[in-house]
This record gives sequence, C-alpha cells and structure tokens, in this order.
Amino acid sequence: MTARGRMLDYALLGLALYAGWWALATMVGTDALTPPNRTLERAGELLSTASFWRHTRATGTAFAWACLLSLAGGLLIGLAVGLSRLATEVGEPLIGTLYTIPKITLYPVVLLAFGLGLSAKIAFGVLHGIFPVILLTIGAIRNTKQVYLKSARVMKLTRTQTALHVLAPAIVPEIVTGLRIGFSSALLGTLVAELFASEEGLGFILIRAMEANRVTDVMALAFLLFAFAAGVGGVLLAVERRFHHG
Amino acid sequence: MTRARILQWAIVLGAFGLLEALCRFRIITPFTMIPPSEMVVSLIRIARTQSWFAEDTLYSLRNLMVAVVIAVFGGYLAGLVVHALPRLRACLDPLFSSYYSVPTFILYPLFIVLFGIGPMSLIVMGSVFGVVAMISATLTALDRIPRVLVKVARIEKLGPLRTIALIKLPAAAPHLFTGLKLAVAYCIIGVIAGEFILATAGIGRRLSLSYNNFDNATMYGVLLLILAFAASVNGALNVWERRIHRRWFR
Repeated sequence: MTARGRMLDYALLGLALYAGWWALATMVGTDALTPPNRTLERAGELLSTASFWRHTRATGTAFAWACLLSLAGGLLIGLAVGLSRLATEVGEPLIGTLYTIPKITLYPVVLLAFGLGLSAKIAFGVLHGIFPVILLTIGAIRNTKQVYLKSARVMKLTRTQTALHVLAPAIVPEIVTGLRIGFSSALLGTLVAELFASEEGLGFILIRAMEANRVTDVMALAFLLFAFAAGVGGVLLAVERRFHHG
Repeated sequence: MTRARILQWAIVLGAFGLLEALCRFRIITPFTMIPPSEMVVSLIRIARTQSWFAEDTLYSLRNLMVAVVIAVFGGYLAGLVVHALPRLRACLDPLFSSYYSVPTFILYPLFIVLFGIGPMSLIVMGSVFGVVAMISATLTALDRIPRVLVKVARIEKLGPLRTIALIKLPAAAPHLFTGLKLAVAYCIIGVIAGEFILATAGIGRRLSLSYNNFDNATMYGVLLLILAFAASVNGALNVWERRIHRRWFR
C-alpha cells in the first residue's frame, strides 16, 4: 500500500477512536470520563510544565537501566541455555513459569527488599523484562529449521562457522521480536513499580492523580504514556518487519 | 523420571533451600521476608482459621474465570475480524504490540465509574488486560495457516463459516493455545491489580491489606497461594499444550 493510503487509514482509525471516546464520555458524563479534546488540551499543558519533565526524567532513568539489564541479561542467559539441549529441556519450563506468574503481586517483596526509589523500579522493570527475552532467545534457537543445521553438517562447517553463518542469521529475527517484547515489558514493570512504590516518576504522578480523583490528569497521562509506547512500538515493529523479510 | 525432570526438581528445591537458609541465618531479615517453610505454615493457618479465606479466594477465582472466558472468546472473534481486514490490521498492529507496555489498569477507576465497585469492574479489568494477548495470538495463528489448506477450502467450495470451522480453527489450534496461556496469565494480573487498587473483596485485596498492616505472615501466606496457583495453572496448560502438539505434529 502507498504511504498516503496508510496515512489515510491511520487518520480514519484515529477519527473513529476519537468519536468513540467522545461518545462514551458524553454517555457516562464528563466528570467520570474526560472527553478527548479536554484530555489533549491537558496533555499539552502537562508537556509545558517543568515538573512533568522532572518526573519523566526519573522514569526514563529507571527504564533505561531496566531495559539495558533485561535485554543484555536476557540475551546472555537465553543463549547460554538455548545452546545446550539439556539446559533448554530443564530451564525452559522453569523460566516459562517465572514469566507467567503475576509479578505484580511481588511488589510488596520488591519494596521490602529495595525500599522506595530507583533500585526498586529497576528491579521491578528487570523482573518483567528479562524473562520474555530469555524465552524468545531459547525459542529462536530451538525453532531453527533442522534442515539448516543438516546443510551445515553436509557442508562440513565447523561449530563456529555454523554458529556464525547458519544459526545467527536464522535466529536474529526472533531475537529482535524478543527485544521488542522485553522493551515493552520492562516499561510496564518500571511504571507499575512507580505506581505502587516510588516518590517520583510518571507512574507516581499518575497514582496521585488517581487517588485524588483528578480524572483529567489520569486521562492525559494515560494518553501520553500510550502515545509514547505506541510510537516506540511502531518503530520497533517496523525494524522487526525488516529483519523478518530480509 | 527423565534426567531433565530430576534436574528441574533439584533446581526448584535448591532455590527454596537457599532462600530458607538465607532467611534462617538472618541474611534476609524477617522484616523483608519470612522463610518459605513459615510461608507454608502461615498459609495453612490462614486457610484453617480465617473466615475470609474461602470467601476471598472464591470471589477472585470466579471473577477470574469469567474474565478468561470473555478474553479468550472475545479475543478469538476480534482476531478473526481484524485478520480479515488487512488495512485495519496494519493500523492496529503498533497498538497491539505496545499494549502491554502501559499499565492498562490505570483505567480501572473508569471501570468503577461505569460498572460500580464489584465483580463486574474486576471482570472487565481482567478481560481488557487479557484480550489483546488472545487477539495477537489469533492473528499469528491465522498467519501461519499453510496457504495450501486455504486453497483446499476454496477448491472444496466451502463457505466462510465452514472454512473457519473445518480448516482455519483446527489448523490454528496449536498456536491459539499460546494465546490462551497468555490470556490466562494476563487476566490473573488484571484481576489482582484491580483488587490492589480498589475492591470490596478478593485475594489480591487481602495481599495489599496485610502489606499495609505490616502483617508479613499473612502477606507471604497469601502471596504463596497466588504464585502457586498461577504456576500450577500454567503448568497444567503446558501439559495440555504438549499433548495437542503431539497429536497435531506427529
């Protein structure tokens, strides 16, 4: 499809969401649900305040660390486990279980262990982000088509050659997927930690607004966060597509 | 038992043993964490003596089950629709892929306004959180249906409904299962998160109450219950999934 056609589709979707949102707000009352125009206005106001950017910086710092540790750690552990058949067989179900437990229930433990502040946020972010990266890395190695490895054997490639020329190109697309999901999960973890366990950051001002029942602020912050996540998600998805097709 | 199984148990038991030792030797203080053995004792004590235990557990369980049903069926249907409309899908893909990077439960207060404090809000919270995992899995599953099967359906002149029922659903089933697993996991998170924030009953509410009261024994007992529940549901689904896979890809 042409770029212009795509823009048109985005515009139509945006318009539909806007109309739905507006209709819902009118239905339940503007005190309960801020209509879109007022939300966007408030989001604009927030963007021009210094305190918003201070909190954004706090979130950004925690998220950057959580993301870095999740991606690097997850990739290393995933490769270490995935390259051994026994380790995969033993480790994958265990890590899968860790991935699916509701980690949000662990926030009191993280709080008790790390206290309020940056380290708790990073820990919570990593707790969310690292497991999907590990699992997708393991999965990428395991799902490599046997015929690739057989051809490598037929061509009498050494282990290093196999790893470099056969395995690596085969697993890169799925690893990129893993990195994208790790990124989102780490962001979720960081924000959740801020909701329940911090004194600064976007999650913190969000929960404050929620407790004080400042609906407009909640909506505006939620909108900004979602716009940010969807923007970055779109970029990462485009990168991923390139890898999957290339 | 296979060697892998034995090693798994060794790792799990080793981890618990290590935690137990760290707590017993006060390297981890009881203000931070009580030893795992005491968590078990506490959980048994709560289950036997506290009248809220059965009520809260059943309340959460019931809400969770309804949420899972809505998320799985709703997600599957929505996935079918979106898959049939590639232009819509192209727009929605970035939204789906970033959905889980924002704590959706910040919208929970809105659900309370719409549905009141009670089971309905929690159910909606759970299913809203779980449904996108199911939609994404359905899309992936439909993408992976071999072209040849769809062609067979066309050759056999099947209508759209019979194509879905006879070709698409069975062919996609193994991949749909991944969606089911994720949807369950996310529904648990959604329901529990809702209970953390505001609820009249539920096991997640107990967890946050006991945390606020510095009641570590109750808190870790309840935490153990939730984690053990989530882990065993996931384990059971894994076993089931392996069976389906074995039957499909024999």
